[in-house]
Amino acid sequence: MHITGVRRALAALALVTALALAGCAAPSADPAPSAPAAAVAVTDAWVKAAEGGMTAAFATITNDGDADVSLVGVSTEAASMVQLHETVADADGNTSMQEKAGGFRIPAGDARLLEPGGDHIMLMGLTGPLQPGDEVELVLVFDDGAERTVRAPVKEFVGAKEEYSHGADTAGGGAHDGMSGEHDAPGDGHGGHAE
Amino acid sequence: MSPARSGGHGIGRRQLLFGGAAAGLGAVAALGIERAVTRPDPQPAAEPVHGGETVPFHGAHQAFLTIAPQAVCALVALDLAASVDRDGVRRMLRLLTDDAARLTQGGAALADTEPELAARPARLTIGFGFGPGLVARVGGPAPAWLAPLPAFSIDRLEDAWSGGDLLLDVAADDPVTVAHAVRMLLKDVRAFGTVRWRQDGFRRARGTEPAGMTMRNLFGQVDGTVNPQPGTADFDEVVWCAEGWLAGGTGFVLRRIRMDLDTWDELDRPARELSVGRRLATGAPLTGTREHDDPDLDAVDALGFPVIPEYAHIRRARGDGRERIYRRGYNYDVPSSGGSVSESGLLFGSYQADITAQFVPMQHRLAELDLLNTWTTPIGSAVFAIPPGCAPGGYIGDTLLEA
Repeated sequence: MHITGVRRALAALALVTALALAGCAAPSADPAPSAPAAAVAVTDAWVKAAEGGMTAAFATITNDGDADVSLVGVSTEAASMVQLHETVADADGNTSMQEKAGGFRIPAGDARLLEPGGDHIMLMGLTGPLQPGDEVELVLVFDDGAERTVRAPVKEFVGAKEEYSHGADTAGGGAHDGMSGEHDAPGDGHGGHAE
Repeated sequence: MSPARSGGHGIGRRQLLFGGAAAGLGAVAALGIERAVTRPDPQPAAEPVHGGETVPFHGAHQAFLTIAPQAVCALVALDLAASVDRDGVRRMLRLLTDDAARLTQGGAALADTEPELAARPARLTIGFGFGPGLVARVGGPAPAWLAPLPAFSIDRLEDAWSGGDLLLDVAADDPVTVAHAVRMLLKDVRAFGTVRWRQDGFRRARGTEPAGMTMRNLFGQVDGTVNPQPGTADFDEVVWCAEGWLAGGTGFVLRRIRMDLDTWDELDRPARELSVGRRLATGAPLTGTREHDDPDLDAVDALGFPVIPEYAHIRRARGDGRERIYRRGYNYDVPSSGGSVSESGLLFGSYQADITAQFVPMQHRLAELDLLNTWTTPIGSAVFAIPPGCAPGGYIGDTLLEA
């Protein structure tokens, strides 16, 4: 385990690049230094219950500041890997989810809703079952270095079933290796940070 | 005047009254034309919209016991799954409290798939009660009265309306609001248990009559005249428990009382009034002229008979002064499955600090003699401890589970 190293690397990456980032297991007890300038708030966070494998987290991110910010990474002890996903529709109208390169931009004075069927935080390689009523601590990392820690309740939810675009099943528990492979290939064609 | 024209007029008025952005010159001009056309029909003032009203969720007491009852309610009892332990109960109550705190303030619950339905709370309150089974499950101390009531000779109890581990009390002035809140709560509770029963009730719709009037039951009787009012010292003394995890909470008895409208129909008006001891028109005692006049139980008529008969409900209900309760009743009226065309009655909700001392003696007296028993039958009975309210960041039941 290289938790501290991974965490430091994550923060550094957040500051210098808009590369897609992995979430990572990280101890949430030690608050990392964060930029006080960021007027970003994370509210209404919750996580879909799952026995194992992967699941998704949702929240509302509000940016009351004067500058745009982007959510570039999330860490939690509940999952071995975290990705920021968007939901896209293909020519046939089928929706699937894929990693969002560059993270989620929240324009100054605006808010961004992470919700089932839309943008969401993908938790992969759950370290244990997430039962209804549990709480998951999520550390959201922004491109200005700011971090926000929220406690997200786990709720039973039958929606949020979009297929992962690379063929993994959201309910499956054994798709991690494949997904890590995908994740390790940066610049998979979704670099459209401009919105 | 055509309905369409009338509707157009109403929209114009509303835009003007509320200063909506759409109320531009065109709307004003249109209104002028409408007025010219419809002048002979006086238009009532725009109806007040009160769907946005909220009742604060957090506080020393659960909110539904601090306000006048809303128009509709849904009472839902759940049985806890065998696998749910103390920690499971805690997780469940935290989820349900979060839902209640959000929904009652007009916000969507987390993971709410129909957030638009949450936007009109209409004085929504969501209350919780703990049955004997829940308190036992968490190993908490239970008051002696937290148990099924003693059997009464008049009872014809059905399991379908009795018992339960957890009570959800959802009430609002709007039935859509109630339906959505119940659905949201049940989605979050189904990981922990199953619905044992649900009992829906109603009163007059909001605005049908002035606020503060005593409800009428489906016998047409003014029902609940002698009742302490929330927020008074009198109410506090009757209702709130003082000690332990229930301090600021209370004891709740729910009785589902079937009212036989067919046999009640056989009774003429004077006999109906004698059975209760009150006038149907006003609710006044037979010895008085106004609803809240004190009944004179010693008064006799010219023949020497009591004006309020020995068998009258209000005489039998009256105890020694200690046996007082707070009633929060609702009518029910559901499809009949038997030979009658009606299946109606009362969700008799009684709140008191000590069920054994305050409710049970009164119920014994009424079971022994009360002419109303001829037309009423208790078919459901459940007892719950209503825990106190909670502070922001806390949850309903935290006085029990964090002790």
